[in-house]
Amino acid sequence: MKEAAQVVASVVDPELPMVTLAELGVVREVREEGATVVVTVTPTYSGCPAMESIRSDIRFSLLRAGYAEVDVRTVIAPAWTTDWISESGRRKLAEAGIAPPGPAPRRAAGPVPLTLTTRPVAVACPRCGHAETSVVTPFGATACRELRRCPACREPFEHMKEI
Amino acid sequence: MAFDDAYAALTDHEDDARWAFGTGFTDPLIDVPDAPPDDVDVADLSAYCLMLGDDALILSHRLQQWVTRAPELEDELAVANIALDLLGQARLLLTRAGQGSHLSEDDLAFGRDAGEFRNVCLAERADEDFAFLVGRLFLLVTWRLAVLDRLSGSRDPMLAAIAAKGVKELTYHRDYAAQWVVRLGDGTPESHRRMSAAMTALLPLTGELFVTHPVESRLAAAGVAVDPAAVRDEFTAIVGQVLSAATLSASDQPPAEPGRGRDGEHTTALPEIVGEMQAVAHGVPGGVW
Repeated sequence: MKEAAQVVASVVDPELPMVTLAELGVVREVREEGATVVVTVTPTYSGCPAMESIRSDIRFSLLRAGYAEVDVRTVIAPAWTTDWISESGRRKLAEAGIAPPGPAPRRAAGPVPLTLTTRPVAVACPRCGHAETSVVTPFGATACRELRRCPACREPFEHMKEI
Repeated sequence: MAFDDAYAALTDHEDDARWAFGTGFTDPLIDVPDAPPDDVDVADLSAYCLMLGDDALILSHRLQQWVTRAPELEDELAVANIALDLLGQARLLLTRAGQGSHLSEDDLAFGRDAGEFRNVCLAERADEDFAFLVGRLFLLVTWRLAVLDRLSGSRDPMLAAIAAKGVKELTYHRDYAAQWVVRLGDGTPESHRRMSAAMTALLPLTGELFVTHPVESRLAAAGVAVDPAAVRDEFTAIVGQVLSAATLSASDQPPAEPGRGRDGEHTTALPEIVGEMQAVAHGVPGGVW
């Protein structure tokens, strides 16, 4: 029987099937407590509608691999950050035309700063590599992605927002 | 499971869990300690979670009413995404609110009359137009971001966790709404007129946001809640910055008598929206999909 962690490591994200949940940093821990496999997951956003699919996908992959007892737990602290996306996850996102996130914003002390202009984040076009692209809309097909456009190749593309 | 088969995704669950009323969906908040600090009154904590949860739930529903009616597809996506984030915050907060009395998030969302909701009245009013949508959203999320940012240091571990997660989301919501206020205010004569009308009507209604409820007062003293009076300066500064960039003046209307939504005294807009939200739950009591 494959190790539980290996089984879970192969489960892909339901919205971004080119990357695994482990590469996204959504899977926080896999451990065995007696006969039970305990998997800890964390949502990307509070209202992420994929969480239920994610939990059942993990559950069924372990049941199919021969584990009888599976407990998938949700934690919300510490809050998910795009910094948890692995190097291989970033590469696969880029290969699929989704610009991976840069470093998550670091906040100084004091109130959360307001951004009235486009966030000064340099996002290169994942298709032609052009360095400067512009935001079309900060909320894309899912909460974690924004739509951008490249002025060089004129292609629209998605960018995973830094949080 | 095949993610390209919507029907399988809806039905292939042995725990009968899906998304909507009557689904049996639960998202157990495991691994965050359930127990609040010993010296915290559980009834107060529940009441406080209900206030913040109802704000998010009702505002989310108002935003959802714009879906299929937004001026552009991009804004449709944005409004729907923001509504979804707020719904997620509401679910966590209502779950926490119900833990003391063994009520589920569904019991609280679909089983209460309008008079039992504890949201601020600013969350429930209907939007006259898109300027009112972005204006109200801007004011409420500016307040909420300031509150949740402080709340991420709460002594209640669950509230702290919910707040810390919400801050990241609200930062995007506030930027979106503020940028629209500026775009419309500093836009054409017609967009300026509409944005100005919205802010003139909405700003006098913000007094309620800073009235400290006895529950907030007691919990703030215990290091669990945030006294909303403490965020007034930050709110005023951010609103002033945005109004200025939008070439809008502060409302010349006198502040309205602060609403009493925290005590369950609402405008006629709330029964209307709660009725719509609960229609399926009331039409098919206990129904499952």
